[in-house]
Amino acid sequence: MMRFATALLALALFAGSAFAEPITIEFWHAMGGKNGEMTQSVCDKFNASQTDYKVVPVFKNDYTSCMTGAIAAFRAGTPPAIAQIFEVGTATFMAAKGAYKPVYQLMAENGEKFDPSIYIPAIRGYYSTVDGKMLSMPFNSSTGVVYYNKDAFKKAGLDPEKSPKTWADMYDMSKKLMAAGYKNGFTSSWATWIQTEQFLAWHNVPYGTKANGFGGLDSTLQLNNPLLIRHFTDLYNWSKEKVFVYGGREGKPDALFTSGEVPIYFQSIGSYANMKSASKFEVGVGNLPYYGDVKTAPQNSIIGGASLWVMGKKSPAEYKGVARFFTFISRPEIQAFWHQGTGYLPITKAAYELTKLQGFYNDRPGLELAILQLNNKPTTDFSRGVRFGNLPQIRILEDETWEAILDDKISVKDGFDKVVKEGNALLRDFERVNK
Amino acid sequence: MAKQYEFPNRGLPYLLVLPQMLIVAVFFFWPAAQALWQSLYVQDAFGITLIFVGMENYIKLFKDPNYTSSLIRTFVFSGLVAFTAMAISLFLAVQANRKISFSTFYKTMLIWPYAVATLIAGVLWLFMFNPTVGVVAYFLKHSFGVDWNHIQNSAQAFLLVTLASSWKQISYNFVFFLAGLQNVPATLVEAAAIDGAGPSRRFWGIIFPLLSPTTFYLLVMNLVFAFFETFPIIHQMTQGGPNQATSILVYKVYQDGYINLNLGASAAQSVVLMIIVIGLTVFQFRFLERKITY
Repeated sequence: MMRFATALLALALFAGSAFAEPITIEFWHAMGGKNGEMTQSVCDKFNASQTDYKVVPVFKNDYTSCMTGAIAAFRAGTPPAIAQIFEVGTATFMAAKGAYKPVYQLMAENGEKFDPSIYIPAIRGYYSTVDGKMLSMPFNSSTGVVYYNKDAFKKAGLDPEKSPKTWADMYDMSKKLMAAGYKNGFTSSWATWIQTEQFLAWHNVPYGTKANGFGGLDSTLQLNNPLLIRHFTDLYNWSKEKVFVYGGREGKPDALFTSGEVPIYFQSIGSYANMKSASKFEVGVGNLPYYGDVKTAPQNSIIGGASLWVMGKKSPAEYKGVARFFTFISRPEIQAFWHQGTGYLPITKAAYELTKLQGFYNDRPGLELAILQLNNKPTTDFSRGVRFGNLPQIRILEDETWEAILDDKISVKDGFDKVVKEGNALLRDFERVNK
Repeated sequence: MAKQYEFPNRGLPYLLVLPQMLIVAVFFFWPAAQALWQSLYVQDAFGITLIFVGMENYIKLFKDPNYTSSLIRTFVFSGLVAFTAMAISLFLAVQANRKISFSTFYKTMLIWPYAVATLIAGVLWLFMFNPTVGVVAYFLKHSFGVDWNHIQNSAQAFLLVTLASSWKQISYNFVFFLAGLQNVPATLVEAAAIDGAGPSRRFWGIIFPLLSPTTFYLLVMNLVFAFFETFPIIHQMTQGGPNQATSILVYKVYQDGYINLNLGASAAQSVVLMIIVIGLTVFQFRFLERKITY
């Protein structure tokens, strides 16, 4: 009798816990430091808002590790429910039918109210099919801007409230700054992302055929177009004149700007907080410059950052939880909280309005400027973004070629012809295994 | 002549080496076999599509001028690193082996850097040679007018990773050379001195040949180090750039396999690397070892 009672009790406890225990949703991300804490807070808020699901964020170092990790886990049959994938991995994921569950489908299957039009078009478009179906959920989005040293501008007799509007301004202002004692005028992080992808979108000039790859895997690169050749020829000549200085790939040149060495710097708006705290001078933010004689400029800039992909091979219960989580993080107050805490752009228009209403932009005009730049005009086929398979490899190819050009190993024209030729071969490799 | 020991039970020796063989099989043969298999296919990142292509990955590899130049670069780099690291450490070991005051202090200080992790070594060198804020870069500019910018200049970048990698190996080599030097019988050296051999003659005629087992061992270790273990230094300092100037074979495998998720090409490169290492080892033990006096 005693034994029976114990068994019954155990069963009751077990059943009870089984019902009370929320379903765990694993969320792999690559947000370190402050942004990692913010990711945790967003998940905590969701977990506190309901009892059925528990989203567990797992930090996976950098974007590359997060993506390769998620892919390896998928191959092993145990992927996380959500993986944060950087923008250049978008095409790789998109083409892998069956490896993920498209967001529009997830939301419909789980009866979540889902209106794609609440998301900022330049952000939504990057992660949607050509006919507007959202495949992944935007999470942290940024865009390229110009940072400048206001103290240096004053020293050179320039108006500290005016950043260079055109490339001609960039040259003239750099010259004045150099006359005031600076060794160089400007430098840039991410030559691939800012001086190529952003630059072309901002001038509404194609990066590749088929609407920058959005229209199909059989696209080809058009990076040897006259405008880009002209731009890199200018950069090359300016580097000889010391107006421009190359500081390395990705975010490597950060210190050149924050140390006060170089007064103008191209970097992501996602680095806003970092730029301000690391610099001992007053930091200004300006729009990306454009060539004044190009009639199609300025168009709109494109995003960088990452989105959330829902991995395949998960249970319906988990998918239901993911859908609820996505609805939750799209809420204006959550987006505003994320945007204000990280410096990444809000993904919905409502979150932007809310932040504006709260007066957050009054002393942070740079953040608003970035949003407006992204929304400057309705996106076109050339300014929606770039979608090419093997894009990380194409970017490495560009970086290498740009370095060879600067080191006088190859001419600008030959260099970009080479990028197109070798890049197209990479696109064909991708097309072949993703038919 | 080596003494042979007979096991009474024929199965026992196999049983004794079994655990070791299992480890080798699981951690070496199995991945190697997988690399071989993967190198014959092209596939997408997720493993959804798998196409058998035979030798195509290899043919593509050797038709790629970037790959062949990386191959040559790797050999030049490894040779330079091994030579520099060994020459400097031998010199230091000879100096520290003399009867001088504070010799224990010198020895300790010279062995110390071995405790520095390879990745940190990369960071330290990067700091010193940073074109903007590095002390060495500043010194070069102001004393010799050399515009140090390894971010843009391929030759400087190559020199920098070679130096940093060699530095990392010096302590290790130093320990072995010092131990080797201490094993050289003092009587031989003294006898030569009495016969009128100068310091240089004594070194090259007696000490260096007697050191040859150590030198041979270190040569193998240094080449392997340069081939594989310099990865953190390159990853930290140059990421293979500028313009592939520091992209050695292991770094390419990593880039193609891990960043670019091109598993077929990456596997083919691993197989080539494996063949090179097997070849090197066989060559070293077959041909070089014969000339070594133990």
